[in-house]
Amino acid sequence: MIQALPVSQHFTATRNACKLCTPLGACLAFSGVEGAIPFLHGSQGCSTYIRRYMISHFREPMDIASSNFGEHTAIFGGGKNIRLGLANVIEGYSPTMIGIATTCLSETIGDDVKMFLHEFRKDHEGEALPHLVHVATPSYTGTHASGYHDAVRAIVDVLAQPGPTIKGVVNLIPGMFSPADLRWLKQVVRDFGLEPILLPDYSDRLDGGTWSEYKKLPPGGTTIEQAARMGQAEATIEFGFTTQESSSAGTRLKDKFGVPCHRLGVPMGVALTDALFDKLQEISGRTTPECYLGRRGRLIDSFIDAHKYVTGKRVVVFGEEDLVVGMTAMMAEVGLIPVLCSSGGKSGKLTDAIRSVAPEIAAQCEIHEAVDFEEIADQARQLEPDLLVGNSKGFKLARELHRPLIRVGFPIHDRIGGARILHLGYAGAQARFDSIANSLLEMRQHDSDVDFTYF
Amino acid sequence: MTDNEQVHASMTIQTDIPILEGRKAQIHQKGSQPFNIECEKQSVAGSVSQRACVFCGSRVVLYPIADALHVIHGPIGCAAYTWDIRGAWSSGPQLHRMSFSTDLQEKDVIYGGEKKLYQGLIELVEHYRPKAAFIYSTCIVGLIGDDVEAICRRVTAETGVETIPVHSEGFKGSKKDGYSAACNALGRLVGTGDTSGIRPLSINILGDFNIAGETWVIKDYYERMGVEVVATITGDGRVDDIRRCHGAALNVVQCSGSMSQLATKMKEQYGIPIIRVSYFGIEDMSQALYDVAEYLNDKTVMRKTQDLVRDEVSNLVPQLRRYKKDLKGKRAAVYTGGAFKALSMVRSLRTLGMQTVIAGSQTGNKKDYAQLQEICDDGTVILDDTNPLELAKFLEEKKADLLIGGVKERPIAYKLGLGFCDHNHERKIGLAGFEGMLNFAKEVHGTVTSPVWKLAARRGRLEGATS
Ligand code: SF4
Ligand code: SF4
Repeated sequence: MIQALPVSQHFTATRNACKLCTPLGACLAFSGVEGAIPFLHGSQGCSTYIRRYMISHFREPMDIASSNFGEHTAIFGGGKNIRLGLANVIEGYSPTMIGIATTCLSETIGDDVKMFLHEFRKDHEGEALPHLVHVATPSYTGTHASGYHDAVRAIVDVLAQPGPTIKGVVNLIPGMFSPADLRWLKQVVRDFGLEPILLPDYSDRLDGGTWSEYKKLPPGGTTIEQAARMGQAEATIEFGFTTQESSSAGTRLKDKFGVPCHRLGVPMGVALTDALFDKLQEISGRTTPECYLGRRGRLIDSFIDAHKYVTGKRVVVFGEEDLVVGMTAMMAEVGLIPVLCSSGGKSGKLTDAIRSVAPEIAAQCEIHEAVDFEEIADQARQLEPDLLVGNSKGFKLARELHRPLIRVGFPIHDRIGGARILHLGYAGAQARFDSIANSLLEMRQHDSDVDFTYF
Repeated sequence: MTDNEQVHASMTIQTDIPILEGRKAQIHQKGSQPFNIECEKQSVAGSVSQRACVFCGSRVVLYPIADALHVIHGPIGCAAYTWDIRGAWSSGPQLHRMSFSTDLQEKDVIYGGEKKLYQGLIELVEHYRPKAAFIYSTCIVGLIGDDVEAICRRVTAETGVETIPVHSEGFKGSKKDGYSAACNALGRLVGTGDTSGIRPLSINILGDFNIAGETWVIKDYYERMGVEVVATITGDGRVDDIRRCHGAALNVVQCSGSMSQLATKMKEQYGIPIIRVSYFGIEDMSQALYDVAEYLNDKTVMRKTQDLVRDEVSNLVPQLRRYKKDLKGKRAAVYTGGAFKALSMVRSLRTLGMQTVIAGSQTGNKKDYAQLQEICDDGTVILDDTNPLELAKFLEEKKADLLIGGVKERPIAYKLGLGFCDHNHERKIGLAGFEGMLNFAKEVHGTVTSPVWKLAARRGRLEGATS
């Protein structure tokens, strides 16, 4: 690591958080199941804020029900509200699954949601009820990323069923990827002659077409039947280095049904994408399809074409931990130096993950977990980066430093197309790399006294 | 098909979206039943309300006070989701655009967050030296029972910066209760400043939030009328102005929901009369200025007001004509935070030749809704605290061409292939005042007449194209 910088003044309070709260992640995961609706057990505000936030990124309908705590509920418990709420959601939406996440409030008063659900089922005995999936998401114990992963595990816990192994079926457990990323993943696995079961899969639900009439729930998503078959898959591929292995959906599928689980980093950049392709070759017994090899070749060719423009350029990366790891890996491959890798998450694993994917630059790189944007800004001012890579919330800093911001991850709410950003694979690396290289060129052009038009 | 048949066909589109039993009384269709809408109640559980919470209410209101520190006491979400999402601009300090939170962790929840709050506040106040600090209690604080009041007193005493608790626990009511929490907090500042030098022809602007600079536009009108604006509460707000605003001769209140409580209190305490106005649309904007002039009862002011309105209107009306031509007969739906604004929308749309077929709000009261249905045409659906399904249902059934709402309403319109206009706190275009009316016309025209709808599935079907 470079010499410790003078420590910026420590603040007890969080100033411009570089994270969001756990139920947001859970709601995102739940939206990846066909016919599912997320339901927050707590007061109205949380669900509305989370909806608003997600709508500003995905620009798609995002209905999240709430059990709507009032003062009475907070004192006497949310049993009555959740029962009424679920009944109303079922009447209004006819969902196939309701994903119930608790908020800080219901967690703190100690609502026994399991028991409430049990009672609810008893009240409605003999009726066809949707699947009720519950996950505990007190926000004071994690971030949106942990909420996301916990919810995926909860879905698996309820829906996956045992049975004889079905050859060729591969479970894919992504991180908080974009709809474009999810589409890419499915396609890759198909191109190896395998059948992907992706959970969650909000690629259509949060990035879909227009409708001829209003659909109560957007079409698409992992079907209930697919989720059930996850217990019978030949293998699981789970992405991310910073999530808790012990409590992951892949681990659960392994422990419960004996489905082998392969944990890979998020496939960003050449090496991490190669690792995915190697794994798919191994599972399928096939070689990588020609088109991907071509894509890989062109990517590396472009790295070479542009390496001089990017070599040694200093980058500040921020956002969700696994995304930071993946982007760092990709940038290090072309000689960009992520001088600061930072996240509001606090898995305790960020440093090791970055060392493992980018050993060559780890020594030049400040790595900070559990930071907020003001801490990132304090560091960035001293590190004098050439570029910032992260979500829209970094714009304030980018503007102050007069440096370009390459938008990746979530939330992208100051640009169109957050849902369409492809981060993964050779194609994703190509698109991100091109925008990095070009914005550096643009900056150079812009800052120069000479109006040169040729590089 | 003749025009009439087309209209008829539009009335018969039926969706399979049911209305929840618990919501039926909050929906009224003008002309079909006696007017008796239910409102001002907690949202029905499981109904996916478009409303937020008490905290949201107080945060929106106090948000634009730019030289104050706004600290959200609770876990991170409430703060993170409200970081710099509003279009409330400041002509000076930008402190309000920061998101400060105690970001409570598990051990704070167990042992209480007072220590963290105290420590956090001392550091922030020392570092940012704000003119005052607002400390918002969110849901969880109401549960763990932190004595926020006591901590604020202590921080005030130790730092000399007035630190004011805002009791905004999300579950303790609706957005409206948040307005009153904000008014209580503001009430602690009012009356603490020096009022010398304030002219008799003076007012406070209450309940405008300087979205996209709207307060500046309004303030400019008043100044052109020869009226002194003592404080803008809270658009482009400053703590010191609020401290001395009790020296003004009149409180001019927009956004009735949010600020009437403060105005009422000032009336009781300082005898400052109140008038209620709206700055949206030609009629309401002009009326607002005339009402103020009339109240101040000064010949010069009245003359200047007449000049101003005449100049602005005669400049504006010809510019509206071209938009009106295309918009005539189009049908709009309005869903706003407060009901008073919905009234202005209905009038503004009428100015553009459009008809309002759905009108609703998150927080209206009986009186608001009575007025609303009064000015709407027969058949208009009035909605209190609606949700995406109902909105979609009525948009289809009423064959609307436009939805006016906030970010959460936008995808509903777009999915159905109809235009949308953001009239909420997140927009970046000023819609108040005379120039705002022109912006509004441009916005509405741009979306309703956009060629993209021809490509969208629903329009294709309705207009007989294959889909
Ligand atoms: S209370 Fe918890 S769940 Fe709700 S917004 Fe705040 S942090 Fe998120
Ligand atoms: S309901 Fe409570 S926890 Fe949720 S956003 Fe509002 S204040 Fe925060």
